[in-house]
Amino acid sequence: MTVDGIEDVESFRRRARNWISTNLEPRSNRPQARLGIVQNEDDDLAAIARERDIQRQLFEAGLAGVCVSPEYGGQGLTRAHQQALNEELCGYEYPSRIQVPTFSPCASVLLEFGTDAQKRAHLPAILRGEELWMQLLSEPSGGSDVAAALTTAVRDGDEWVLNGSKIWTTGAWWSDWGLCLARTNWDVPKHRGLTVFILPLHQPGIEIHRIEMLNGDKEFCQEFLTDVRVPDSDRIGEVDEGWTVGVRWMFHERMLYNSPLVTRPPDSGQGGGVMRPVAQVARDSGLSEDRLVRDLVGEARMLEIVESRLLERISAGIRSGTMSDQSSAIGRLFHGVAAARTRTISCEVAGSAGAAWTNDDGEAAGAGIEFVMRQASCIGGGTTEMARNVISERVLGMPRERTPDRDTPFRDVPRSASAGSRRDN
Amino acid sequence: MLLHLTDEQEFVRDTTSKFLGNEAPVSDVRKLRDNPDGFDRSYWRRGAELGWTSFLVRPNAGGGSVSGRGLIDLTLIAHEFGRNAAPGPLLPTNLVAAALGWSATESNAAESNATEILPGLLDGTEIATWCYEEHPGRRLADIELEVNVDGQEVVINGSKRPVEAAGQASHLLVTGRTGPGLTQVIVPAGAPGVTITPMDSVDLTRRFYMVKFANVRLPFKSVLGGPGEAGPQVERLVRHALVLQCAESVGAMERGFEMTVEWGFDRYSFGRPLASYQALKHRFADMKSWLEAGHAISDAAADAVESDSDDAAELASAAKAFVGHYGGEVLQDCVQIHGGIGVTFEHDLHLFLRRLTVNRMVYGTPAEHRQRLADLAFPEGAL
Repeated sequence: MTVDGIEDVESFRRRARNWISTNLEPRSNRPQARLGIVQNEDDDLAAIARERDIQRQLFEAGLAGVCVSPEYGGQGLTRAHQQALNEELCGYEYPSRIQVPTFSPCASVLLEFGTDAQKRAHLPAILRGEELWMQLLSEPSGGSDVAAALTTAVRDGDEWVLNGSKIWTTGAWWSDWGLCLARTNWDVPKHRGLTVFILPLHQPGIEIHRIEMLNGDKEFCQEFLTDVRVPDSDRIGEVDEGWTVGVRWMFHERMLYNSPLVTRPPDSGQGGGVMRPVAQVARDSGLSEDRLVRDLVGEARMLEIVESRLLERISAGIRSGTMSDQSSAIGRLFHGVAAARTRTISCEVAGSAGAAWTNDDGEAAGAGIEFVMRQASCIGGGTTEMARNVISERVLGMPRERTPDRDTPFRDVPRSASAGSRRDN
Repeated sequence: MLLHLTDEQEFVRDTTSKFLGNEAPVSDVRKLRDNPDGFDRSYWRRGAELGWTSFLVRPNAGGGSVSGRGLIDLTLIAHEFGRNAAPGPLLPTNLVAAALGWSATESNAAESNATEILPGLLDGTEIATWCYEEHPGRRLADIELEVNVDGQEVVINGSKRPVEAAGQASHLLVTGRTGPGLTQVIVPAGAPGVTITPMDSVDLTRRFYMVKFANVRLPFKSVLGGPGEAGPQVERLVRHALVLQCAESVGAMERGFEMTVEWGFDRYSFGRPLASYQALKHRFADMKSWLEAGHAISDAAADAVESDSDDAAELASAAKAFVGHYGGEVLQDCVQIHGGIGVTFEHDLHLFLRRLTVNRMVYGTPAEHRQRLADLAFPEGAL
């Protein structure tokens, strides 16, 4: 059934439900890095291949790119349709690794700033699972100060030549394309000399190193770019106007849990499936009748519920214009702090099974490893300290921190002694 | 408070905001400390004309709402009460009016209760209150007060505390136990055997009482619904109380926060405004995130309770657990950032802190509501 030529939400939902129950497997919610053992690369690649396959099937079934315009291969439907799809995916496998950063922020940035040719070249390929994207944004020298990028792009005729290093790129080793922020002008203050490019990741000039995290995860990568040539037609936005793109890029990154482009069943956990179900930990620890444990479980549940309602409120406020785009930092801050607290609770509830476990310990196993990785939720995607600056300065209008680099040509800005020179193995 | 109000809702909110600003300015609230009732009767009657007491009652029973969703409309009033630390028995009167309205269709006796009592509550000439909680330290649902059926009468024995505005109320809605089930009885405050004793409290305008019932005998028609059958109605009423309390607390948080942001800009130390110190800016950012989260969960709970949806119990408890705890954190941080002036009677900040403190501790503490959330997470074994 259609209304004004658009398939109505309930009929879309039924269609999605039928397709999902016939074609998808039940989801296993086992955390990937639970035992702190280095993962098997073949298993990872098999999982990625499966996700690409599901994405292609979703595309063929008319369930991919729900909110993307049909001219770029999408369905041209609404946020409510995407929400229905998300809900119907509860309990089923879905292409979780393809959502972030491929759909948001990368596809969101392409849609907002890409040329028509760029959108036609990449969006249908993304929707078919053929192109997985990642973000070449952070650098080893910069930390939170992403506008201080040292990766340089120098014009050479109709091409640009890129040199430098990027870091904290999720899944670069199995991704296809990257969105890259580079410095094109050293003689103006830092925000005014940046440009955004897109480039294929697997090419001779790019070396990709995987970084092992405290929990054994090796999804984060560092890339070294040496004389990488990018045609000017793969530039996003104007030359030296990269910060305009970058601001929206980071906005899409903060809003990813509410992006209409992201497919994410509500039972997948806010952090992409890493937040451990605390109640299950309590059951597996045999402590579900303990009053202290129940207080902690109640707190974790409270934070989970409140966070999801807060993100809805901020998203609605930004859409209607009653809140500024910068308000997305409020959700980012809340999520980081709540996720960290939840991991602490999980650890507390798991007791000694979080420290040493057997295969019989169920969800309680691995709570200690998650605690070791606790601060990741307050660091990745922009630190909570940056979010606090944005909230106080941009949302509440308080005086900005002193930034001696704002009006100085970037060439003359003081830098860390080790900036750009470190090469991790 | 809701991000998006209809024009009618905005009108109602704005009217109450202006009325409170004129009739009960924050600067005057502390003068009510010595008023035995804590509020002025004519103020309350004029407030009732603005709809303060009628939103939870159906139009054919004399009430009426703005949007057709009375609880949501009433949260707008509660929010303004919080923003102004306003006097008056908003929560108890509305809860009793709601319960009378709900039961009015159940029997002729209940109908006559409603027609006798509701008009006075709706026009603000009379006050009513709900006697629900019993002993401190008990869980919210542990009701011991006994309501026994004796022929054509019921007999009430037990005690309740704290009961807001019992000393001002003409009628008490009393929740008790009849065998394994709950019973709600409407009791004239002056009935023989009822003793109402004032308690000391934190809030400057809210009066709380201990109410004792010693062999209080009333005709059977005083029971709302059937004896032992009031469980669902009581639970629904508790959720309404939580929603209204949270809406008010968020109003108090919001006003305290606004005052403190203003102070941050105006107050200079070492040649700079407080708001320029990153150590304080980051605290303001945390407070802002808790305040917005308070709005979000409080509105979500109101929506769920109004619709009586499946997640109403969970959202109402999540709202109380969050707003109760983080409301305290926000307002105490506001005190800290004000420094010495923040702990003086002269400054207005404490009026909001007092309101929040009382709301935090009645109808279940945040800890109790975390337990309720755990009960819902472990349906196999509620403690």
